[in-house]
Amino acid sequence: MLLASLLDLSRLQFALTAMFHWLFVPLTIGLGFIIAIMETYYVRTDNKFWKRTAKFWMKIFAINFAIGVATGIILEFQFGTNWSNYSWFVGDIFGAPLAIEGIFAFFLESTFFAIMFFGWNKVSKKAHLLSTWLVAFGTILSALWILIANAWMQYPIGMEFNPDTARNEMIDFWAIVTSPIALNKFIHTVTNCFVIASVVVIGISSWYLLRKREDEFARRSIRIASVFGLISLIIVIWSGDGSAYHVAKKQPMKLAAMEGMYRSQVGTPIVAFGILNPNKNISQLETDSLAYALEEPYLINISIPQGLSLLVDRKLNTFVPGIEDIIEGGYTYIDGDGNEQVAMPVRERMKKGKIALESLAMYKKAKEAGDEEGKEMALSLLKENYPHFGYGFIEKPTDIVPNVPITFYSFHIMVILGGFFILLFGLTIYLDRKELLTRFKWFHILAIVSIPLVYICTQAGWVVSEVGRQPWTIQDILTSNASLSGVSSSTVLTTVIMFFVLFSILLAAELTILFKVIKKGPGA
Amino acid sequence: MKDSLVKRIWLFYYEGFKSMTLGKTLWIIILIKLFIMFLILKPFFFKNELRSFSTTDEKAGHVINNLIEEN
Repeated sequence: MLLASLLDLSRLQFALTAMFHWLFVPLTIGLGFIIAIMETYYVRTDNKFWKRTAKFWMKIFAINFAIGVATGIILEFQFGTNWSNYSWFVGDIFGAPLAIEGIFAFFLESTFFAIMFFGWNKVSKKAHLLSTWLVAFGTILSALWILIANAWMQYPIGMEFNPDTARNEMIDFWAIVTSPIALNKFIHTVTNCFVIASVVVIGISSWYLLRKREDEFARRSIRIASVFGLISLIIVIWSGDGSAYHVAKKQPMKLAAMEGMYRSQVGTPIVAFGILNPNKNISQLETDSLAYALEEPYLINISIPQGLSLLVDRKLNTFVPGIEDIIEGGYTYIDGDGNEQVAMPVRERMKKGKIALESLAMYKKAKEAGDEEGKEMALSLLKENYPHFGYGFIEKPTDIVPNVPITFYSFHIMVILGGFFILLFGLTIYLDRKELLTRFKWFHILAIVSIPLVYICTQAGWVVSEVGRQPWTIQDILTSNASLSGVSSSTVLTTVIMFFVLFSILLAAELTILFKVIKKGPGA
Repeated sequence: MKDSLVKRIWLFYYEGFKSMTLGKTLWIIILIKLFIMFLILKPFFFKNELRSFSTTDEKAGHVINNLIEEN
């Protein structure tokens, strides 16, 4: 019970910090590019209007950056304190990308940021523009390393476990860097940041239109943001499709939870809209299987026939496994090398995981006793069963199921809001073309309301990715439970409260300064 | 005579910081935040558990024991 509470609190703290950090990062990344586009117009046309426009959005960028900067470091504090088993176990694989990111960010921030903010009239126009573009690209390169580290946790490759050090050691840097999950995640996340910044620019500009102020500034800002946002959103959707494809191959349980799908069929449908039956509880599968079987998975379900099969395998009749199918195994699937495989039941994987853990214990004992033969034997067993290592920590098969309602609703909220933003960008471009942007109050209000919606959308995406992969910190290799340190629950609870207070103050400070600057307007 | 490169870089930053308006408030927020993070949170609430072991072998042994016991 104490452990469960420590796990929940540590997860809550990590989630709180990461989600707070993610309030700031996307706007910084996306706005950097929009500012660079505006400044490019300034350099090309020599029209002072664009300089004034770019400078205003730079102020918004600076406020957001100042409040958000270094909040991500708190996550690194937590690795050492709350997740020390994990941070040791991942070895240099996690450390190397984070170190590259840290060094890169430092040099970037101390040089090009300074030119961007202090360099007006001190360096040439072109040098200033180059700095602005370098800041924009620098922010996405920073994101790249973080996402590579995260992708490795979702799809661990390019490493070998060393039982002497209890660490996963990097043996193929390029395999980690070019992991299909990492590349997809990078494109999906960065273009998502572009969409967020575009919606924020459209929303703030619409506020000026609503107030009948800064007409030209607002219309031109909206024009750039709507086109940039729509192009980015198309890439978000394309990479989201790629994400689903990879999740189906590497994390099928996450996909099953995203769809709230317990039992599947050939030609698997996709849920376009649904409400889950709250009485369908997977933990009953082992304790009261009859009650479990009697409950339908959905109260309301509008599905597209064969949609999921088409999405994840580009074929109409593919079998996409549901939660129970994955637990029971026995279905056939095509592995990463294109070979047909029969899925192993979770109980079988649990046995192999226990063997892997016992082999590690045997290895340790043999090493202490100086028994070379024993070491060899244990190592061979460990290597053979290492792909199932994490299953050794699983107590019962249903423990590998993430929280279905949270994953399901987050996924569908994200998708529905994604659809809404296509309409928003399309409508904005249409109104701009027809020179109607200033006319409709309802549009201005819709655009302003879209700002919180775009943040809900991106946070929902993060929840799908991170809650959906539970109970793993490293897919199939390490569970969240086994990743924990021996820190006390009360210490974690104290810091959770402290973070909550600190973050609330920071957010209030950001919003206060932001509203003040927006109120003054670009003319100030 | 033209100033040296170091002096020009110094003046660039010095004048930049001096002419800040909104930036001053933002820097104050950044410094308070860094103070809380690195001088309060990190030393008092976020001690690295494995730092209590001095050698790599001890750290590895501790983690292996945790993993085996977790089983």
